[in-house]
Amino acid sequence: MKVKRNELLVSLAAGLAMGACASAAQAEDLTVGIVVTLSGPPAALGQQIVDGFNLALEQKQGMLGGSKVNLVIQDDELKPEVARQKAEELVQRDKADIVVGTVFSNMLQAIFKPVVGSDTFLISPNAGPSTFAGENCSPYFFATSYQNDQNAEVSGMIANEEGFKNTFLMVPNYQAGRDNVAGFKKTFTGTVTDEVFTPLGHKDFSPELAQLATSGSDALFTFMPGGMGVALVKQFAAAGQKDKIKFLSVFTTDETTLPALKDDAIGFLAAGNWAPDFKNEASEAFVTAFNEKYGYVPGGYAMQGYDTAMLIDSAVAKVGGDMSDKDAVRKALEAADFTSLRGDFKFNNNHYPVQSFYLLEIAKNDKDQYHTSIVREVVKDYADSFHQECKM
Amino acid sequence: MSFTLLLIQCLNGLQYGTMLFLIAAGLTLVFGVMGFINLAHGVLYMVGAYLAFAFLNLTGNFWIAALLAMVAALVFGLALEHFVFRHLYTRNHLDQVLATFGIIIFLNELAKVLFGAATLSIPVPALLDGSIPLTPELNYPVYRLAIIGVGLLVAALLYGIVSHTRVGMLVRAGATTPEMVNALGVNIERLFMIVFGVGAMLAGFAGVIAAPIFAIEPGMGDNILIVAFVVIIIGGIGSIRGAFVAALLVGLIDTLGRSLATEMTGFVFSPSMSNQIGPALASMLIYILMAAILIFRPQGLLPAKGTA
Repeated sequence: MKVKRNELLVSLAAGLAMGACASAAQAEDLTVGIVVTLSGPPAALGQQIVDGFNLALEQKQGMLGGSKVNLVIQDDELKPEVARQKAEELVQRDKADIVVGTVFSNMLQAIFKPVVGSDTFLISPNAGPSTFAGENCSPYFFATSYQNDQNAEVSGMIANEEGFKNTFLMVPNYQAGRDNVAGFKKTFTGTVTDEVFTPLGHKDFSPELAQLATSGSDALFTFMPGGMGVALVKQFAAAGQKDKIKFLSVFTTDETTLPALKDDAIGFLAAGNWAPDFKNEASEAFVTAFNEKYGYVPGGYAMQGYDTAMLIDSAVAKVGGDMSDKDAVRKALEAADFTSLRGDFKFNNNHYPVQSFYLLEIAKNDKDQYHTSIVREVVKDYADSFHQECKM
Repeated sequence: MSFTLLLIQCLNGLQYGTMLFLIAAGLTLVFGVMGFINLAHGVLYMVGAYLAFAFLNLTGNFWIAALLAMVAALVFGLALEHFVFRHLYTRNHLDQVLATFGIIIFLNELAKVLFGAATLSIPVPALLDGSIPLTPELNYPVYRLAIIGVGLLVAALLYGIVSHTRVGMLVRAGATTPEMVNALGVNIERLFMIVFGVGAMLAGFAGVIAAPIFAIEPGMGDNILIVAFVVIIIGGIGSIRGAFVAALLVGLIDTLGRSLATEMTGFVFSPSMSNQIGPALASMLIYILMAAILIFRPQGLLPAKGTA
């Protein structure tokens, strides 16, 4: 991580030498800490967030809201105790003004107390557990992503709209998997033929696919992030199920797995809050710049990383770089006065976004890159179902 | 569950079992013959998969890539043996665990640096890229049938070598009384090197054939290593026959368990309860079996001859 910081300093120095924002050089530095998963199989997700954030920072010449940014990036290794320790370091040693994290909800649970408890602002660029959306919401916590249940709820709506009568549910056997099943069943009005819970991290789905094939289902709803999704989709295609059963998923066929899935996933359906072909000037410019710099199509994670940087930018500018008045900073963050890549962006009373969700389909662009593509809007300005319980 | 579905699940279990055997075979030999705990064995499976990916991009032909990957895995295994493991044979097990664990971390990170963190995949070779309709609803991929075939072939080959050749005899002798073998003037170092190289190649080979159907990613070997240890404990450490029987047993139990557990617990508990208990129980089955073996038959099902 040292290298990254040095690189940043070099680019900062270059920016200053060019005379950009000469007045801001006097403003106090802004320390932003990022805690995401950057090792192990799900590292690609954290990398997207960091890349998205860095792109925004680069476009702003290393400044957010006119303050020079001291960026500290930490890897939580997908271990709660490591995440907690890294977050404590950021808050106590680095005196971070804002902590950005995490990818996974269980990591967020781990860093929540140490960060929020010390009155430091915590912004989640991805994880959106229900835990902090309801009565345990915090004045110091924001999520720029979504509330976890929403994607599954929207998937249920999609299944209804697409006329799926019998849907087979398959998820890994852990909290997020079960949350997705619950969310889907909340909105789906058809019949659930079976619910199958596979061991987390397991890669051989042939027994489950045999069950699926003989269950008389016309659709499969699944949540298999990372390598599990790659294995599932490939085996689903190899078993000749593609023409018979519709594949609807969340966080399974996204920009982190599509380079491996290629044609096997073409035409699969997904629910999401954004796609790289989103029709919006800012979004199009972002996708082009990102693709040029990092050589891959940004997914929702990268978009949320970028939006998080832009949110910080807008808030810091609003308070004139003075991070000491916490109430003012909070008001500035709540205002969300920035151009999101998703178009309009606003926070609900629980600091989770109120946003539109879309039906996505897997497609291929003219550069032979695979990406998610927006088919239609499913629900507009969708708020999560926990915000009424939040009192703050 | 219908009878055909049961048959299909048995086929799936068999296929999983043969994959496990390829990995467990090397592990059991290294552990049994050399008394060496090699946690890095699983990572060789990952190395095999990445090598297949790299060589496929280089040559464009799966078969050439598979062959090159196997040779490279063998060379890689020999290099590991020469530079690292050789110095650990006389050390205690804790040192071996620490060193090989370090290799896991190092190679996982190296894969990430070289190939990126994102999941990769390679296509199934055209020759095997079909499927056979087993029932009106379900096709069974030819590639998976080929895995079963290849696995059985390797098993037969290994069995032949271990029980009917001079090298095999030394390997068996080394597993039971290494000091005696050494005293008789056999170059035990070279024997260890051969065993280790073959073990590495088998694990690499498993990675190569897994690459087209599973996901290639850093850390992919970590989970399978644990199951491979379960297999060699059930089968009896150092025993190829034991590893074979145990691998098929574990494959079948795990696969059938996963598809039947929820239904079975459904007879006893309410549907929502069985949905909670079934999957948890299914993941535990092979470990329960291992625990039972350790209690009632600690030497394993088919221990290497001569070991207590």
